[in-house]
Amino acid sequence: MAELNTGDGGGKKGSGKVRSKKQNSKVDLTAMVDLAFLLITFFMLTTSLSKPQSMNLGLPDKNDTLQKDKDIKVDQKRTMTIMLGADNKIKWFHGLLEAPEPNGKPTDAVYGKNGIRQEILKRVKSVAEYCAAKPNSKKGDGLIVIIKPTKKSNYKNLVDILDEMAICNVPTYAIVNDITPEEAKLVAVPKP
Amino acid sequence: MAQLKMSKKATSIDMTAMCDVAFLLLTFFILTATAKVPEPISVDTPSSTVKTKLPEEGLITITVGKGKENIFFDIKGRDLREKALELMGAEYKVPFTDKEKKQFALMESFGVPIESLSTIINMKSSDRNKAGLQPGIPFDSINHQLKDWIYKTRQANIELNGSDAKELNYAIKGDAKLEYPKIRKIMDILQDQDINTFDLVTGLRGKDY
Repeated sequence: MAELNTGDGGGKKGSGKVRSKKQNSKVDLTAMVDLAFLLITFFMLTTSLSKPQSMNLGLPDKNDTLQKDKDIKVDQKRTMTIMLGADNKIKWFHGLLEAPEPNGKPTDAVYGKNGIRQEILKRVKSVAEYCAAKPNSKKGDGLIVIIKPTKKSNYKNLVDILDEMAICNVPTYAIVNDITPEEAKLVAVPKP
Repeated sequence: MAQLKMSKKATSIDMTAMCDVAFLLLTFFILTATAKVPEPISVDTPSSTVKTKLPEEGLITITVGKGKENIFFDIKGRDLREKALELMGAEYKVPFTDKEKKQFALMESFGVPIESLSTIINMKSSDRNKAGLQPGIPFDSINHQLKDWIYKTRQANIELNGSDAKELNYAIKGDAKLEYPKIRKIMDILQDQDINTFDLVTGLRGKDY
């Protein structure tokens, strides 16, 4: 057996004792580590770890003939209209445009936590108090946000506003597509 | 003379621990991995804080690109794809061979009119996703193939799973810079078929933006 191990210096021993060669217990792992890291790199680059997120959106039925003819009347003290304009601009007002609620005149706002979110949170709180004080209000009554995206707004604006609805826990919100000429004037870009 | 002997440092390091870590990570990545799908158009989705995940099966994804009419269509679920293609082929009188149907089941999203779909199916998967090759699915009033694709996929779902089949899920994947009327048009197409609930595919972000 000893002959198989070359270079073990076995020839020096004159005695005929056959010694089993002490095997080196260490294996060189460098190549294995190289391979492992190569594979790690490959898998990291070719996989997408997180699945895409999604936002659920339910819209009212368009073909519902029962509700087609009658407009749903809502208490204007509970509404907030958010108009999405061009160039990431927002105009919001409370109640009706012709007769806005106190402190609810059409105002500009920006997206994000210091912009429109503060306004929505304020309105959520005040409407909740109003509904609690009102005698014949049902449970779950609260702010109604009407989102009106204009033709100039983009998809990101819509998703941002829907996201704000989720963050602020707005009980009811709707996307409305008919924009009156007065409202269109609000968000129109003034000509230089 | 007292000779100063340099202590001989071993040149090989013990790699065992490093090897362990490397393989641990490797195992983790293999187990959590889902292969990244090559997309024919790159879409930069807007981000939101909502964390709903999309289902893996029975999902129709309509991808809306930035270009002029870049609508791509994708169905998740192999049997569903095969059946939907069969029904679409019958509707538009475009025959597909069994091999093409099998191949189509393994494909990802596509964006060509059905007349030229078999060319795309017979391509190599690396060639398929070249930019500008797929013009998008037509969805104007004369040639409304997108509507038919949705309709036929729903029909395929019912034919496969019986009348008590689970309703499909619909996702719209739009680019952040897309104008609102274009996304509105896609929503209208879905709503015309009484699909009033759908998902908007978004990326993830924190609340402090």
